[in-house]
Amino acid sequence: MLRQVFKKPQKWTVFRELLFREIDDLGLKSMGIIMFISFFVGGVVAIQTALNVDSPFIPKYLIGFATKRGIILEFAPTFMSIILAGKVGSYITSSMGTMRVTEQIDALEVMGINSLNYLVLPKILAALFFYPILILLSMFLGIVGGYYAGLLTDLFYSEDFIYGIQLDFDPYYIKYALTKTVVFAFVITTIPAYHGFYVKGGSLEVGRASTKAVVWTSIVIILLNYFLTQMLLG
Amino acid sequence: MIVVKDLYKEFNGTPVLKGISTTFEKGKTNMIIGQSGSGKTVFLKCLLGLHIPEKGTISFDGRVHTELGIKEHRQLRQDMGMVFQGGALFDSLTIEENILFPLKMFTDKSKSEMLDRVNIVLNRVNLENVNSKFPAELSGGMQKRVAIARAIVMNPKYLFCDEPNSGLDPRTATIIDNLIQEITDEYQIITIINSHDMNSVMEIGEKIIFLKNGINAWEGTNEEIFKTENEAVVEFVYSSNLFKKVREAYLSKTK
Repeated sequence: MLRQVFKKPQKWTVFRELLFREIDDLGLKSMGIIMFISFFVGGVVAIQTALNVDSPFIPKYLIGFATKRGIILEFAPTFMSIILAGKVGSYITSSMGTMRVTEQIDALEVMGINSLNYLVLPKILAALFFYPILILLSMFLGIVGGYYAGLLTDLFYSEDFIYGIQLDFDPYYIKYALTKTVVFAFVITTIPAYHGFYVKGGSLEVGRASTKAVVWTSIVIILLNYFLTQMLLG
Repeated sequence: MIVVKDLYKEFNGTPVLKGISTTFEKGKTNMIIGQSGSGKTVFLKCLLGLHIPEKGTISFDGRVHTELGIKEHRQLRQDMGMVFQGGALFDSLTIEENILFPLKMFTDKSKSEMLDRVNIVLNRVNLENVNSKFPAELSGGMQKRVAIARAIVMNPKYLFCDEPNSGLDPRTATIIDNLIQEITDEYQIITIINSHDMNSVMEIGEKIIFLKNGINAWEGTNEEIFKTENEAVVEFVYSSNLFKKVREAYLSKTK
């Protein structure tokens, strides 16, 4: 499958059009949910941390520090990727599955179009390009959410939180998170595309394939997260 | 001319096509008929190159499917137009974009030239003011007409139709049949239709191929199908009382 996907596009002008459409469908249309979840989960992480470190011997700036680390290392790249696996993965499988069962993929093949290349490559490239941007946005909003949680709950001072997020900042962690994001972006597009492209039957099978694709994508993300963390941080 | 020689196709060891040999001529409407499971769809998909046969050859004006290089194969594909049973229109694209699609992929025409061509084929299938609509906004018959317009937009030499009037009311089905026949005559193309609809078969079938258990059990014209004594054909075509009476009336008239 991947050999067909990564062949040279048959017409660059059409490919460019498709790429922008996929950036819109898979990236821009996911921005709202990512922003919403990031902001509120960032707030919850900060509140939970504050509630669990109420010892007078632990400095309050560690709340900001722990929130930042948690969000950059795990929450933004991994948790958001699982959210995207659900949202984007089911969209990819169901749209491609519907194309398969309504013979639209056969129509492409009859016209002499490499349907895997035409349908899947723009999705992969759009995700590889746009998901790092989404994850950076998620990191930023998660930390902002934590900051506002402090302001609203009085569990910690905003000065402590800002000091905490600046403390011991290592740019490698951003690189690590973005490396994971790129790998997950590939998984989020290819596994659902595979399940959608090869679906057989009718609408029920498309629904089943969609569920299967989301489950498998999430499992693969979790496993890869473990191995990538071992490799890059271990 | 399309020449099919000794075509075999099997799935998981079960033979579906068991040595079909036939020819399809230019400017003729050819119908493939037969019971469900007789191999009609597999035969059509072999002709389209969607299935690769285990044995046998299909030659399109001397070009053998399995012996072509990538470029020649692509050219052959562009010479084919296909009308799928459900239309298979791209539902995320408008009608205009659907018909523009093959032009954009395979030609270097300017936008205005392409739009002119789209309007010509839409007029040809008697559709107006549908350019900006989506397939879901059209009736079944209109969708079929759009599918025909998309199939002929590249001026194909071979037109394939899979059950082109299934799910349509008798009047719309007749309009679609007549349209296909007119296009076949006008463009002098080879049209191959896979059909269950005996009205269509009698109406426009200039050559009829009856498949049974993976072989072409009978071939003839729509005149000859009235006279045939082939038991399998008679049993299949004249299974309804109406068609039995039509046949009896035809035979008594010609005696």
